[in-house]
Amino acid sequence: MTYPENYRYTKEHEWVSVEGDTGTVGITFHAQSELGDIVYVDLPKVGTKVDIGQSFGSVESVKAVSDIYSPVSGEVVETNAILAHAPEKLNEDPHGEAWLVRIKLADTDQVSRLLDAAAYQSYIAG
Amino acid sequence: MSDAPALLKTPLNAAHRALGARMVDFGGWDMPVQYSGILDEHNTVRNAVGLFDVSHMGELEVRGPEALDLVNYVSTNNAAKLAIGQAHYSGLLYEHGGFVDDILVHKVADDHYFLCVNAGNQDKDFAHILAANRWDCVVENSGPKFAQIAVQGPKAAATLQKLTKTDLSAIKYYWFADGEVSGDAARIAHTGYTGEDGFEIYVAPELAEARWNELLAAGAEYGIKPAGLGARNTLRLEAGMALYGHEIDASISPLEAGLQWIVKMEKGDFLGRAKLEAQKDAGLNRHLIGFEMRGRGIGRDGYEVRADGTPAGWVTSGGPSPTLNKNIGMCYLPIHQALPGVAIEVMVRDQPVEAVTVPIPFYKRPK
Repeated sequence: MTYPENYRYTKEHEWVSVEGDTGTVGITFHAQSELGDIVYVDLPKVGTKVDIGQSFGSVESVKAVSDIYSPVSGEVVETNAILAHAPEKLNEDPHGEAWLVRIKLADTDQVSRLLDAAAYQSYIAG
Repeated sequence: MSDAPALLKTPLNAAHRALGARMVDFGGWDMPVQYSGILDEHNTVRNAVGLFDVSHMGELEVRGPEALDLVNYVSTNNAAKLAIGQAHYSGLLYEHGGFVDDILVHKVADDHYFLCVNAGNQDKDFAHILAANRWDCVVENSGPKFAQIAVQGPKAAATLQKLTKTDLSAIKYYWFADGEVSGDAARIAHTGYTGEDGFEIYVAPELAEARWNELLAAGAEYGIKPAGLGARNTLRLEAGMALYGHEIDASISPLEAGLQWIVKMEKGDFLGRAKLEAQKDAGLNRHLIGFEMRGRGIGRDGYEVRADGTPAGWVTSGGPSPTLNKNIGMCYLPIHQALPGVAIEVMVRDQPVEAVTVPIPFYKRPK
């Protein structure tokens, strides 16, 4: 599995990809693999203010519930409507089509303190 | 992590790893939770055939001329009704009426009963039965002598029949035969924990890997897949079968769990009987009931259940039902609310989500 070089990652297995002042947030391939078949995704409403490290939703597999922690602070400006009716997309394309939310960043410097692709991959390799 | 006791391994541990299984610590056992994925494995068992390693399950044997007396004293069902070659589901209870374990009792001979018990309970069950042995029975913890493989699904019989001369069509549901598989001795039981047709075979541990691989090959034409504990749980939940530590435990009586059908008062005295009679006379306070989520959300094990806006019970097992494409579960509720059609709320991550009670089981296989 490839982890895009231009994304930044957290130890809680989220990724964020920044364009301008907006970050697109998702969960990593490793996260979906650990969870198994994903059957339900609970996302915040547009307009919700989130803080870095705060749980803003959850991903549920057949077996378990897992919190999603925001990798950045800001305001949710869009949620991925696909996931409401096709949560299994998170298993298929977690770094692409199955992004979770877009967040208007409160502090663009936060992203630079997250893990880069190499650091994240060495972290999950344990 | 490093000072945790080493996990117990079944004889199929290497086979699971070779198949790419994801392994988990299940009650101290290193067990496969999934191979290809829980949904895929679940659907394969419902539609074709799946193969489960259940060698972690315990086996206890009671032998002696008074074996029936001991078995009937420690269990709730009436083992006197069993013919040789027949099995039934039963409960081991404490004097106070709660479960020590739920078990399968197989009558091998008039003086020999073979009990299949839960993995995590086998030592406790063994001690419990020994302590009740005021007869002259020999009780043996024979778990290490057996590996157990479950072949489950509509193509289970066709798969297993390729490997045995024992006529599987002659083994009725909840009967067993001491026959052979691939020429080696095997206890072949027409039992299971999935709600599908299927067999559970008990073989010597050193033969387990050969039997496992032969079964995978024999079932290939039907699309057989190895299935892990994840699918085992979703399958048994749909079938409304109890799991120790969830629907039943030391604080729950079989009457509350909807298992009055395994309690045979007429057979005479047994451990827990007095308490069950008192419970019957006084009336039950709570009972197990099924539910389906109506709102968005999944009620999971341990979540609070509210009725009329107040805390009323708890979810014993809950999750998505792959077969029914609904979110289902079982819960305890006060007796007057433990009926189908009652509007309830399940507290999902501190938010009430609407649900409605439904009968158990959720799924019955087509005959």
